[in-house]
Order: sequence, then C-alpha cells, then structure tokens
Amino acid sequence: MAVPRFWREIPNRYNLIGTKCGNCNKVFFPPRYICPGCRRIGKLEPYKLNGKGKIISFTITHVAPNGFEDQAPYALAIIELDEGPCLTAQLTDCDPNQVKIGDRVEMAFRRMGQDGEDGAIYYGYKARLV
Amino acid sequence: MRKVAIIGVGLTKFGELWDVSFRRMITEAGARAIEDAGIDGKQIGAMYVGNMSAGQFVRQEHIASLIADQAGLTPIPCTRVEAACASGGLALRQAMISVASGIHDIVVAAGIEKMTDVLTEQTTEALATAADQEWEAFVGTTFPGLYALMARRHMYEFGTTEEQLAKVAVKNHHNACFNPCAQYQMEITVEDVLNSSPVNTPLKLLDCSPITDGAACVILAPADKAREFTDTPILIAGTGQASDTISLHDRPTLTGLAAAKKAAELAYDMAGVGPNDIDLAEVHDCFTIAEIMAIEDLGFCKKGDGGKVTEQGETAIGGRIPINTSGGLKGKGHPVGATGIAQAVEITQQLRGEAGKRQVNGAEIGLTHNVGGSGGTVVVHVLRRGD
Repeated sequence: MAVPRFWREIPNRYNLIGTKCGNCNKVFFPPRYICPGCRRIGKLEPYKLNGKGKIISFTITHVAPNGFEDQAPYALAIIELDEGPCLTAQLTDCDPNQVKIGDRVEMAFRRMGQDGEDGAIYYGYKARLV
Repeated sequence: MRKVAIIGVGLTKFGELWDVSFRRMITEAGARAIEDAGIDGKQIGAMYVGNMSAGQFVRQEHIASLIADQAGLTPIPCTRVEAACASGGLALRQAMISVASGIHDIVVAAGIEKMTDVLTEQTTEALATAADQEWEAFVGTTFPGLYALMARRHMYEFGTTEEQLAKVAVKNHHNACFNPCAQYQMEITVEDVLNSSPVNTPLKLLDCSPITDGAACVILAPADKAREFTDTPILIAGTGQASDTISLHDRPTLTGLAAAKKAAELAYDMAGVGPNDIDLAEVHDCFTIAEIMAIEDLGFCKKGDGGKVTEQGETAIGGRIPINTSGGLKGKGHPVGATGIAQAVEITQQLRGEAGKRQVNGAEIGLTHNVGGSGGTVVVHVLRRGD
C-alpha cells in the first residue's frame, strides 16, 4: 500500500474523529460523508468522540490474518460508543478469557501493524477494559 | 415481464482441484449444463458469470471475455457480476432479468471460483476484502471473526449452544455423503466439531466452510418456450435482492441479516408463497451460525429458535424443512462465486426428482439464500416445478 492510504485516515484513527449530522444530531464513527437518515438536507461536520463505550459482542481470534500473527490470540469486539455509533476493535491490556458482553471499555492509541518489512508502521485504536 | 425457467444445470466436482485450471472448470460446468438443456451453444443470447475475485485468486481480470472465448461462444455478450460470496446468486438474478425483459431468450448464469492457486493465507486475505477494509480488516478482523461476533451475540440473546452450532456441520456433512460432487463425502460427529481447533471463539475449524475450487452453471429460457427443451422446467417464481451496511458493526442487530429478511420478503411476494410453502432450501452456511440465522431470517422458525429446531432434526432430510440437502457450503464446499449457482443446481435437481439418495420426496417448491460478505448483499430465489 502507498503511504497516503494510512496518512489520510490519521485524524480518524488517532483521535477518533467521526462526523455528526447538524440536522438530526446523529453521530457517525467511522465517519460518513452523507447522513443516511437526512441525505440531502443532512449537514455532516467533524466530531470528536470521547472513546468510552461497552462491549456488544466479542471473539478470541486464534487464526490471525497476515500481519497480525504475532498478536494472536487476541480478543476482538464490537463496541457501542456512548455517543451511539459502534466500531470493531481489538481489546488490549487484558486477559481475553475474562472479557464479557456488557463490559465497559475505553479506546487507547496503539500500534496496529506494519505494511510489510519496509512499509509504513500504522497506528490506530484498541480498547481496554475500565 | 416474461416468466423464466431453468432448463439445464451443470456442476464440476467441488474440492481442491489442483489438476484443473480456472478456464477448464468453467467450460466443464458450462458444457454439462448445455448438454443437460439439449441446446446448441449458438442459441445462447447472453452469459452472466458470478465471480468474487479471479484477480486475487488467479491474477486474471476480464474473465467475461476469457470465458466467452474459451467456451467458443464469441461474440455472444458475457458479463461478470460481483457481490463477494453472493456473486453467483446475483448472476442468476441478472440472467433471469435479462430473459424476463425480453432482450434475450436463452441465457447462461454461471459461477466460478478457483481458490487453491494461491496459498491459504492469501486466500483468507482475498476473502477478507469482502469486509470493510478500512474499519474491519484494518483492526485484524477476518470472516470467521465477523461470524463469531454474530454467534456470540446469538448465544447471549437466545441461549444458542456450541453443540447446536455443531449439529449444523454434522447434518451438512451427512447430506454431502450422498452428493457425488461434494468436497467432503464423510460423516463427522458433534465431538469432532467441538474438539476441532479454535479459529475465532466460539467458532472452531469444523464450524467453517472450506476453501474450494468449483464452477456451476444453469441455462435459462422463457417459461413458455421451456418445454421445447425439457419435460421438467423449473420456474424461477421469485427473486429478491437487498443490501445492508458493509460493516457488521453498523447494523442495529448482530443476530440476523436484515438484507436476508428483505430479499426473502421480495422473493416470497413475487412467487406468491410464504415460508410454510417451501419444501426445502439451500442456505448460505459459510459458518454454522449462518445457517441458524438463515432459517430464522427466512421464516422457517421463530427468531432465536434456529439452534433448537436444528437440534430436533427439523432441518434434516426427512424433517419438517430440509436445509442444505446438497451438503451446503460446509459439506459440498464453497467456491465463493459458484455457490449461488450451485444452490440453484441442487434445488433444480431436487424439484426434478433427480437428487438420488438425498432426494426430498415430493418436493415442489424450493428456495436459495446466498449471502455476500457478512450480509451486505443477500439474494434469495424461489424455484418451483413448472408442471
């Protein structure tokens, strides 16, 4: 991958910047560029999320995809953020066997991986139990 | 709009076909369907081919031209359609629409995937491109991971058990034993599934469909001309297609596929039938949990009861609503682009009464349910005997 693909997502992935519709007040993360509810009359602006939420579902990944092998086994969860949107994230700093649906989490800045041996190191969010 | 019938079907063997190339597989499936229909190649008006990712699996794009070329059917128009694992179902729908519209009479709907020409990690990576690359795959999500997230939530909300999930795999392997084209013609037990290695908890290796090479083909004709070719035309009585968010996390529920419900509703309405009228169905069991959610989404049982009715044998051959008599994706194999067409082949053979030891007696109406990705595209067809 060329570097711009990672670079352009830095605000969203490093600082959890999503979007919020000025018409219906709905918050989106990952960011959307059209509000699916309001469409033409929607007005999406950048919006920073506080990164706190709860686990809706989770799984422990034993067979990891390319680039994630050294992290397995790792827990992966769908998290509902307090502002409404859901995202998928790895859980970090925890024993994956202790994770339960409903657990409170907060997002943390972490190294995600590397684009091959000589490629860019990329960062993003993982969730930790609180 | 004209009514449309299936007049011929063809399948290759499904499995790890190391000695057979992409181009040989598709021509083999096509030749069998043409022979079954008793038509001449030159009568074909158009071809639609479902294929998820020849670019990633065999580094060949522009397969529509390749296929028309290798079939010896240039200059007949050939179109490739893609919706991840629902590519086959979508090809069938596009072919049906082109016959129904009156633009073409005899149309081929085919599907193919050659998945073993790259290493397993590359296959997994290619499949993962059906998920959201930026917000699912980027954080380390795979397809088993997405379905595991659905399974965990289904277990949490409805008390579905790992044993009930295992029963889906056991049943589908059993059915595959009677299908000469199936990849795994062997029985497995609940213990085998429960003791298989974890992939993404609660899903284990034997909860997952395999990596498969295969091609499938059906020939369509206007229903009023179908009897010129066959005594047992199978009508495509209903078709439905629906979309949903590409990311699983953007959906209000994880325990069912809204697109499957919508596609089923459209197909049922068009056919003028409901779930109780269906005699058997081929559903998209890419993972065991997917079959449980499918039978709920299609209305074959109450929401949350999918595990229970599976355990009680209602979905076995001889049960109330036989599901995946072919062996399904789990037992027959899952060459992703071919799957949707292979489902239609199985239902056609069943409705013709040609399914041998896996025959559902007196079957008159069948259904196919083909899912792309984690449910971002779903295509449902209702097929019925034309007599």
